[in-house]
Amino acid sequence: MKLTVCIGSSCHLKGARQVVEGFQALIAENHLEDKVELTGTFCLGNCQNGVSVKVDDELFSVQPEICKSFFEEHIIAKLGD
Amino acid sequence: MKQFDTKVQYLKYMVLREVAKHAYEGDLAESIVDIPKVIVPGKTSTMRCCVYKERAILAERVKLAMGGNKNDPSVIEVIEIACDECPAGGFEITDNCRGCIAHRCEEACKKGAITFDHNQKAHIDKSNCVECGRCAQVCPYTAIISRKRPCQNACKVKAISMDENLIATINREKCIDCGSCVYQCPFGAISDKSFILNVIDIMKKSKDNTEYKVYAVVAPSISSQFTYAKLGQVIMGIKQLGFYSVVEAALGADMVADAESRELAEKGFLTSSCCPAFVKYIGHEFPMLSENVSHNLSPMATIGKYIKSADPTAKIVFIGPCTAKKAEFQKPEVHPYIDAVLTFEELQALFDGKGLDITTLPEDVLDNASFYGRIFARSGGLADAVRQGLRENGLPAENYRLLSCDGIEECRTALLKAKVKKLDADFIEGMACRGGCIGGAGCLTHGEKDKTQVDAYGAEAMEKTIKDALSVLPRN
Repeated sequence: MKLTVCIGSSCHLKGARQVVEGFQALIAENHLEDKVELTGTFCLGNCQNGVSVKVDDELFSVQPEICKSFFEEHIIAKLGD
Repeated sequence: MKQFDTKVQYLKYMVLREVAKHAYEGDLAESIVDIPKVIVPGKTSTMRCCVYKERAILAERVKLAMGGNKNDPSVIEVIEIACDECPAGGFEITDNCRGCIAHRCEEACKKGAITFDHNQKAHIDKSNCVECGRCAQVCPYTAIISRKRPCQNACKVKAISMDENLIATINREKCIDCGSCVYQCPFGAISDKSFILNVIDIMKKSKDNTEYKVYAVVAPSISSQFTYAKLGQVIMGIKQLGFYSVVEAALGADMVADAESRELAEKGFLTSSCCPAFVKYIGHEFPMLSENVSHNLSPMATIGKYIKSADPTAKIVFIGPCTAKKAEFQKPEVHPYIDAVLTFEELQALFDGKGLDITTLPEDVLDNASFYGRIFARSGGLADAVRQGLRENGLPAENYRLLSCDGIEECRTALLKAKVKKLDADFIEGMACRGGCIGGAGCLTHGEKDKTQVDAYGAEAMEKTIKDALSVLPRN
């Protein structure tokens, strides 16, 4: 699974760093290094609703404070399918 | 022309703007021959002997704006018919010499080059004169002047001489592409080649960023430029030119500062590799020190590499103050990451060629880097960032002596000492332009105030440390 976080300026100012750090910790905690590929990109064309996150090709908005619940709902749950 | 320092810059800008305008409109081929007449209409000359010469020179400028001589890999060219063949005789005695009794000039001259005629008027024997200028300093009548060409004066690496027709010529074995002569020639007879057509072509073929995405990487010195508008409006303007996203080269600088501090600790002695003119100078004059040049790519190439690792089909255009970057991006080790280079002068021409008044635009944001990445733009900033990098990597920063060399002459002094292992420093920050990148030839303005603007811009960065800026980059 490919997890892409927008690290462009708009999303950076809305907390992209905290989201990247959050995902990184959650991937380590759940031992998903082999299953989830975390990458950064500059702009996903969704600047108004940052922080923009793509799970494979599906676009979401993830604020730093919902990082954990988002990860459980969209990453862990889907990997379990 | 409020945004430029000189009328030479303004003239060059007008040509770039017209070329850009017609390239955008798609009728450049039909319009090329008319551009000189659009810029110099009528019959009255304002710059040269006649409008025909003015237009002939403008035609040469059009060629340079379109990329110049494709068979010549250098990025700085002399426009031969624009060269005014300035006197270049060095120190000369003028009519101000009153044939005084004191003869301070004779006393000051250590080479015995001053003689006197039967009227007691001084003369300089050119076979003995070493152009030190001491005689000129002591003459009470300021009768001794230096007739040195501004281009030769500007070229601190001594790459400029005169050909048999007294026209300036550049020695490619010595030229470091810094563009100092471009900015200093009062006739605008030396110019950097432009890649604006490549950029417009990249933009058109991207079909509004659907075929591939075009990223602009902007140098932190942008903070001292376009001062008639807000930085956020400049960023919006760049996007309205068709760029998909704008990224700070300063994030590449953060990456470099982090890697360079560790490289310094590992090797013990290092020079920076950020300034392509400085790196080229070492290659030309101090090849024995080449191994001591940091193996890091420049911040421009580093961030370009990162963007392309995430988006392999991306096209990347660097926008900065630097003419030497136009040579750097063509190097085989950099070209995979950077597709074209623009100067701030050229960015202004693209805005106006497209009819964009950036002062009317809403503000966008630019925030990718830390304070330290941003201050790379000024002399001393790179060394400050490497010192910070040492600290953040838990290395004893106080054990390393970091030397900032402001301008290529200071670089030369430090390299001469390093060559004989007499340099009292472990790290050389080498910047070819005085003041650092903010003194670059491709800047719109070259003011004293620029340094404080860079620091103020640095302080606005959301991330305060290098590691904070880097932790936005996912590590897999």
